[in-house]
Amino acid sequence: MKNILQMQDICKSFSGVEVLHSVNLDLYEGEVLALVGENGAGKSTLMKILMGIEQPNAGKIFLGEEEVKLDNPAKALDLGIAMIHQELAPIPEMTVEENLFIGRELSHFGFVDSRKQAQLTKEWLGNLNLRIPPTTKMQDLSISQTQMVEITKAISYNSKILIMDEPTSAITEAEVRHLFEIINLLKKNGISIIYISHKLQELPFIADRVQVMRDGHIISVAIMAEKSERQIVRDMVGREISNIYPKCDNNITEPILEVKHLNKKGEFEDVTFTLHAGEKLGIAGLMGAGRTELVSTIFCVNRPDSGEVWVDGEKVNFRKPSDAIKKKIALVPEDRKLMGLNLAMNVQENATMCIDKNIAKFYFLNNPKGSLLAKEMVKKLSIKAHSTKQEVGNLSGGNQQKVVLAKWLLTEPDILLFDEPTRGIDVGAKAEIFELINNLVMNGKAALIISSEMQELVGIADRVIVMCEGKITGEVKGEEITQENIMALASPKNKNGSIN
Amino acid sequence: MQNQEKDQKHNTATEQNEKVPFYKSSQFWKSTGIFWALVILVIIMAISQPAFLTKPNLINILKQASITGILAIGLTLVLLTGGIDLSVGSVLAVACMAAAFLTSDVQGFPVIVGFIAGIGVGAIFGLVNGFGIAYIGFAPFIMTMATLSAARGIALVSTNNRPIFNLSRTFIDVSNSIYFGLPSLVYYFLIVAVLAYILTKKTVFGKWIYAVGGNQIAAKYSGINVEKVKLIIYMIMGSLSGLTGVLMASRITSGNPTVGEGYELDAIAACVIGGVSMSGGAGSVIGTVIGVLILGVISNGFDILGISSNYQRIMKGLVILLAVFIDIRSRSRKNS
Ligand SMILES: Nc1ncnc2c1ncn2[C@@H]1O[C@H](COP(=O)(O)OP(=O)(O)OP(=O)(O)O)[C@@H](O)[C@H]1O
Ligand SMILES: [Mg+2]
Repeated sequence: MKNILQMQDICKSFSGVEVLHSVNLDLYEGEVLALVGENGAGKSTLMKILMGIEQPNAGKIFLGEEEVKLDNPAKALDLGIAMIHQELAPIPEMTVEENLFIGRELSHFGFVDSRKQAQLTKEWLGNLNLRIPPTTKMQDLSISQTQMVEITKAISYNSKILIMDEPTSAITEAEVRHLFEIINLLKKNGISIIYISHKLQELPFIADRVQVMRDGHIISVAIMAEKSERQIVRDMVGREISNIYPKCDNNITEPILEVKHLNKKGEFEDVTFTLHAGEKLGIAGLMGAGRTELVSTIFCVNRPDSGEVWVDGEKVNFRKPSDAIKKKIALVPEDRKLMGLNLAMNVQENATMCIDKNIAKFYFLNNPKGSLLAKEMVKKLSIKAHSTKQEVGNLSGGNQQKVVLAKWLLTEPDILLFDEPTRGIDVGAKAEIFELINNLVMNGKAALIISSEMQELVGIADRVIVMCEGKITGEVKGEEITQENIMALASPKNKNGSIN
Repeated sequence: MQNQEKDQKHNTATEQNEKVPFYKSSQFWKSTGIFWALVILVIIMAISQPAFLTKPNLINILKQASITGILAIGLTLVLLTGGIDLSVGSVLAVACMAAAFLTSDVQGFPVIVGFIAGIGVGAIFGLVNGFGIAYIGFAPFIMTMATLSAARGIALVSTNNRPIFNLSRTFIDVSNSIYFGLPSLVYYFLIVAVLAYILTKKTVFGKWIYAVGGNQIAAKYSGINVEKVKLIIYMIMGSLSGLTGVLMASRITSGNPTVGEGYELDAIAACVIGGVSMSGGAGSVIGTVIGVLILGVISNGFDILGISSNYQRIMKGLVILLAVFIDIRSRSRKNS
């Protein structure tokens, strides 16, 4: 097989801290190389260097025989390298079509050729089986649709090397399957793919080789077929992880959150369920099932049209999120960049955001206390940051997610609404987060967990309610919680078997 | 794989890392770059203009800068939340008229009434701006541009274009006295600056200002009442415009409905030079104070050189671009 890319001894530091230590990477024609590692291992940084977004402090890059200097993304794209970014970067005000053509608009004497663009957009979206009208604004798309548009865009560059940084972190299983088909097709056409993911169970389906990074070092490179998931995990975290879904002796007691006939037009209908103290209740469903809308309505980011919410046997009438927080409810939102974090603020400022008021000394910020609490959380969740004063915008994706968790855990909530809590989080951290959820419920707290990874719900939930197109279609419990049962309830029935 | 043990200790936040001396950190240079610009500017002026580095002249610079300074500090708060207020100059004029009217010999109210009225009038305009922006959803630029026009109209209509004279002696003393060698205006500026500094850096509300400007949606999810924060900020801005109106009336010893035209641009310029981001969430009161001083030093220098005010405007435009250019540069450098 032909070697088409070599990265040699790449070093990179940010403000004096080295995050890549002489890293090597080889890529062969027509292969899928899986790049895995813990949060903050340096995967995205390495790929940003390849894409010309970051400049290495040392090291060489060869494309084929030739050494290249990649000093901006335009050059990388020119040389046939394209990337699906972990941190999605669509322009919300623009349409899908405009986003796909940013920087390479088709034109006739300086005028945008919208007809041609529209036609190509349809074609590309069609190739990926996406039914999104090209004129939809990006801001009106769900996260999973946004991610699919990003994937479409990267593929449409027809590049020789395609970098995918966690492409499946926010898309549904059906879309994942489709993406894999496309990856296999691209592979056949001689395109090489670097595939970054925290979902290790995906790798055997697509990857030819797997390269593991930890703390800015390459730990191992191997043929995928010769490496078990267990070995990969061990290389990643540097120790044996026996069980991602730890055991839990929780004691389910009285109802703590009751939702009765909650309605929101166009989002969900007549939703009724009860969450008990000490319980882990999962909500499963496909994209667009209305799960995110449901929890954000319970948390009163949006007001419901009708229906009731009861907390601790008492009817509540929330008018804004702070009312919900006062009743000891926390929502760990789905999109950390948009709803979770202030990227310009540092770890401590973000972590204490919700409790500043409570720890304040007469309206004044209590910095020593905040710093103490933030440090405690950093330790508890093993957040990798240079210090609690590091801007969260500079943290790796998974560590940003942990900061969001820290922020909500500090409010010491009794009811935790988790909307995709493990998105983009590495296996080790995932196990830690589940352990944490377990500890919470064992102390009588209640957790409502939305997850698109059914495996995860199977692994941890005491009970799972399934939503489909805004309605609760059923509930599974104990032994009945299997992927098949959930899937059966989650797929729309009426439409001659087609999923979507 | 042999270094498994060693890699066990993650680089989670360690005590050690936080003890880098502040003056060595990149943060230090980033946050003080604009201060060094001011120092260099002063040195250049002092060397080339003997008249510059004299006590009366320096005091004069401070005095001249004070009015713009108070407005700029208010605007810093507004810009931090991701908004803008164009109406400050016009609101100032209404407050100026109100204060002058009440303290003139016709009405003869005491000074304190003039203050209350001026600041109150400003706060009401701020309330209107804030309500329109936070609760109705007008874009800040639009809302405050409308207020800019309307408030100026109110100031002009109130006396049918005529100025108000014969203010009480005690009222005139407000802006024209000297305490411990410094003009009273400078004290007002300093007090406002210190209060705003404490508000933004030390209080919970201050953090909310940054939170709202940095990421409004995340702020909302965190239980921050985004609308209320904005409303309060515009009211503070209005009150400060009102305060400047009162000080202005005293300083020019009359109520003049055309006073303060174009002040919003000077104030915005000072913020921008001081590193306040126009898109919200970044900047500081100290930066703005330095921005105000830079503008003051430059226009004073030109005055000494005898450059006409028309040329000064041209230079001011260039200085703004230069300052922002340096700011952008220092920001991008800190990452590499
Ligand atoms: N601009 C930056 N400034 C400072 N530090 C940075 C910057 N970008 C990345 N880092 C640091 O570099 C390290 C590697 O980050 P990177 O994003 O490459 O990790 P990753 O392997 O992609 O992790 P994840 O799986 O969480 O996405 C992290 O410790 C991060 O904090
Ligand atoms: Mg990453």
